[in-house]
Amino acid sequence: MRQERLKSGDVAAFAGATCIAGVGETRITSRGGQGDRTEFDLLCEAIQRAADDAGIPLDEIDGFVSFGAERHEPAVVQATLGIPVLRFSNLVWGAGGGGCPGSVMNAALAVHAGICRNVVVYRSLCQGQYHRYGQYRQRADGDTWMSPYGLMSPAQFFAMSFRRHMHLYGTRAEHLSHVAVPFREHAQRNPRAVQYGKPLTIEQHRTARMITDPFRLFDCCLETDGAGAVIVTSRSRARDTRHGGVPILAAAQASNKGWGLGPTGSHNMPEADYATINSRELAKALFGMSGLKPSDIDVAQIYDAFSGIVILALEDFGFVGRGEGGPFVAEGNLRWGTGALPTNTSGGLLSEGYLHGLNLIIEGVRQMRGESTTQVDDAQTCFVNGGGAAAHKSAVILGRKETA
Amino acid sequence: MPYLPEGAPLPDPGPDEIPFFEACARRELRLQRCADCGRFRHPPSPRCPECRSARIEWEQISGEGEVFSYTIVHHAVHKALKGTTPYNVVLVALDGTNGARLVSNLVDTPYQDVHVGQRVSLFWDEVPGGWLPRFTRSKAVAAT
Repeated sequence: MRQERLKSGDVAAFAGATCIAGVGETRITSRGGQGDRTEFDLLCEAIQRAADDAGIPLDEIDGFVSFGAERHEPAVVQATLGIPVLRFSNLVWGAGGGGCPGSVMNAALAVHAGICRNVVVYRSLCQGQYHRYGQYRQRADGDTWMSPYGLMSPAQFFAMSFRRHMHLYGTRAEHLSHVAVPFREHAQRNPRAVQYGKPLTIEQHRTARMITDPFRLFDCCLETDGAGAVIVTSRSRARDTRHGGVPILAAAQASNKGWGLGPTGSHNMPEADYATINSRELAKALFGMSGLKPSDIDVAQIYDAFSGIVILALEDFGFVGRGEGGPFVAEGNLRWGTGALPTNTSGGLLSEGYLHGLNLIIEGVRQMRGESTTQVDDAQTCFVNGGGAAAHKSAVILGRKETA
Repeated sequence: MPYLPEGAPLPDPGPDEIPFFEACARRELRLQRCADCGRFRHPPSPRCPECRSARIEWEQISGEGEVFSYTIVHHAVHKALKGTTPYNVVLVALDGTNGARLVSNLVDTPYQDVHVGQRVSLFWDEVPGGWLPRFTRSKAVAAT
């Protein structure tokens, strides 16, 4: 059934014709843990590793795409790595991690349009070397409506959304344990994870110090240092690469009417969208493009800067009905081995590290190659989304790798 | 004493946002309203998203409303607020505005008592250089 749908679905031309051929990342550490290695140095390492993984020479990378306030711009990266020609550059506007899968989409579009051959999608983020995302900083837009009242951090912004969800549907703070704890369990199988070797119990989760009600310490993102990159190329070219290509079955960006900056602005999104992550139009675009249904997804990497975002994402993308996200996670459905939708198999942003979502793309590729440390048996499809509280959102569906 | 201490960020409005704060300086709560279709909108913007009119009114509103959502901040992320936790942040849906909301604070409510659906009234809180629209659950406090 699924194979038929994969072939006969209403697939957008670029999605059918593009692949991720290589992935690379540095060691991810806690904030400040990279010694004398700078963020830019780590980025160079990640790009080199991604090219090596694909078996594509750095000289043949000719496109550069990123998202979400990346500090290192394409022409500088190109010059530093001595890459002969830049033919395409792109940064997904704003949106924080919401632009991460969108950057894969834009890379695929450029490849499919014939503008360039091999695009590196990259993100470097060392909170120990620049500002900390969890501390106040004045934002270009929206700040004037929030910070004078003490609403100052993404955890606080999104706590407001989740509280509304609790009010509407009876979702409980206890449900959050069934997001944070399984992801930490997955991280225990992943030596790259920052929280590897640090198991977390439900009791520890529920008694941790309160950050911004209802979110406690382990509901909130890690502050880490590291860099990651993936190489997007054509499906035909990917057949000649070291691992073969992981096909991009669908990739989309979207925002619902009136969302604007959502919780990162003045919190005036439409009432029907308030307790969501602004991904319902995105879900229609993504699944429509792929010809797949949520029930066809074998493994998911769901953007988890905060545990509560995952519950709302499950609803927006139609994995469950509206208001059913809390009970669904409480049944253990995100857990590898037993759950209906094994999710964040590397540990996610909550337990592996925070590369603004790019590590979720990398883990998606590993799953589709059969190389994850928490591999889902015979997984044919992997869903990856980006973003929670910020402006517009994006997502991809990856398929099982193809070899020559 | 204002609800949050001196040193907390103050409004830094952009060009579209200035009239809101000019009204606050007179202790008037005014929201942008489309002069053609009559819909309120917030934050301020140069076009009505319903009818795309560019004609703007700044309509004074009552400041009555109810708590749409909230959080209680226990971990301050700004140095000026380190001694102020826990404090509440409420999102108030304003009456008579087709659902416009303000992020604000409840100045007279213990944090354990804040809840969605709480009826609230406008309270002008003096801060360095001006006034901020905050709220109270007690009409008596709002009137003083």
